[in-house]
Amino acid sequence: MSAALLVEAVVLRTERVAPDHYRLVLHAPEVARAARPGQFVMVRCGSAWDPLLRRPFSVAGVDREAGAVTLLFRVVGRGTALLAGTVPGDALSLLGPLGRGFTLPQAAEAAAVIGGGMGLAPLLFLVEELLARGCRVRVLAGARSRQYLFVPEPAPGCEVLVATEDGSAGRPGPVTVLLPFVGPEVRRYYACGPREMLRAVAAELERRGLSGEVCLEERMACGVGACRGCVCRVRRGEGMAWAAVCAEGPVFPAGEVCWE
Amino acid sequence: MRPRLRVRLGRLELKNPVVTASGTFGFGREYADLVDLSRPGAVTVKSLTLAPRSGNPPPRTVETPAGMLNAIGLENPGVEWFLAEGLPFLRQRRVPVIASIAGETAAEYAALAAKLDRAPGLVALEVNLSCPNVARGGLAFGGDPVAAAEVTRAVREATGLPVIAKLSAQVTDIVAVARAVLEAGAEVLSLINTLPGMAVDVYRRRPVLGNVFGGLSGPAIRPVAVRAVWQVYAALRCPIIGMGGIMTAVDALEFVLAGARAVAVGTAHFVNPRAAEEVLDGIERYLVEQGVADFNDLVGAAHDGG
Repeated sequence: MSAALLVEAVVLRTERVAPDHYRLVLHAPEVARAARPGQFVMVRCGSAWDPLLRRPFSVAGVDREAGAVTLLFRVVGRGTALLAGTVPGDALSLLGPLGRGFTLPQAAEAAAVIGGGMGLAPLLFLVEELLARGCRVRVLAGARSRQYLFVPEPAPGCEVLVATEDGSAGRPGPVTVLLPFVGPEVRRYYACGPREMLRAVAAELERRGLSGEVCLEERMACGVGACRGCVCRVRRGEGMAWAAVCAEGPVFPAGEVCWE
Repeated sequence: MRPRLRVRLGRLELKNPVVTASGTFGFGREYADLVDLSRPGAVTVKSLTLAPRSGNPPPRTVETPAGMLNAIGLENPGVEWFLAEGLPFLRQRRVPVIASIAGETAAEYAALAAKLDRAPGLVALEVNLSCPNVARGGLAFGGDPVAAAEVTRAVREATGLPVIAKLSAQVTDIVAVARAVLEAGAEVLSLINTLPGMAVDVYRRRPVLGNVFGGLSGPAIRPVAVRAVWQVYAALRCPIIGMGGIMTAVDALEFVLAGARAVAVGTAHFVNPRAAEEVLDGIERYLVEQGVADFNDLVGAAHDGG
């Protein structure tokens, strides 16, 4: 992974994409060039000391020619509310790209990409990179309701199946109802979403002998592995250890994560 | 002419008065891509224990008004790792290092001090007498002048390095604790550690932190920290490293004028990884603007008669 950068990004667009959900497009050419799917950035949400800490967001896409980085987020508190209120031209301090991203296949192969809710954000970026490598991608996308479903643009080689909890689009139920559609041609899977969803996906697919990677979310302070605040339980050798989600993740081999 | 920034705290000499606070800057390597590690007067590393420690269950941090709570629980890879890998990394970059140490007994502190005694690159030991997030040791020592002095004396006898005692403001009489550790052989005081606090998740109806309690840091605690520095300096005129919510040079200068000869930047690193060097640059600018030739002339200058 390339070194993290601390840059002043400029807001290009802030768009409301669903109730309380926003897409933020930032001009940050060095970060756009360096970011890999699964990596994240820490954004300062204002210039005052309250709210104090940066907020972590997965990179949802980059346009390397335009030098743009896209983030997708839900307003959950004061920091994200401030970001939702930004307008083009606003400057935001950006730290990133951070963390370990997804392992991309060396050769073109079939992959399953499974996301629930905001967990789809890093997967949108991942799907673009997988398609660019000639992979065939089957996306299983889940959300509460149709309007919160963030799916990749239609593209050759990419098939999207959806499930919604209220049945407003695709199959009714959580994204896990789509797991039977992970076909035998699939060589690896990538997943991101709520912890319970990831646990269910990993349990089912690992049982079928598939290995994959999951992208985890945790409260973070530093984002670079210094404070040891954002830990999760992982298997290491014979035992267990706390791994910093920011520096050792946020992407982990699914088999390494201790879900209990 | 550039103002003089060099400071002396007992036998500890620093090229400038800005250091990093323990627990907020990892072992320096985490920030090596982002920060010029050679700028701060010293890097204080995360508290070391004899054996590696795995720390507390998550959640370990939560943001609070103009601050944050942490309950990391002294997670660290242990002193042997530090001697084999952590310290050589910093030494290669010519970074003066202050090692923070923590134990559950005075004997553990002394054993740590002995192991670190002749380690090249170390300029001082900081005795963490005030971690609020561990069941044994930490604040249990720092809250009591007799216990704090016992630990300090044990460390003093085990090392030739300058000894810094890091104290909590969560005590009835901070001057009494300060006096006790100075008499026991501490040459410098670090004031202050985080303040014990907690947050409740009203939707889950449970404490937010896995450890229930955590240490409050950030701008929210700065007035408490400045007061502690003022009181101790007024009573004892001893070398103090002031810390607690320093985000800018102006914040740092409050501590200096209250009596701190050096300052530590902590939680600010999470907001701005370059906070320490920006504080340093800002102090230098202030000295130039105010026509002060020597930083040392500012120390305690807000007290009557300097």
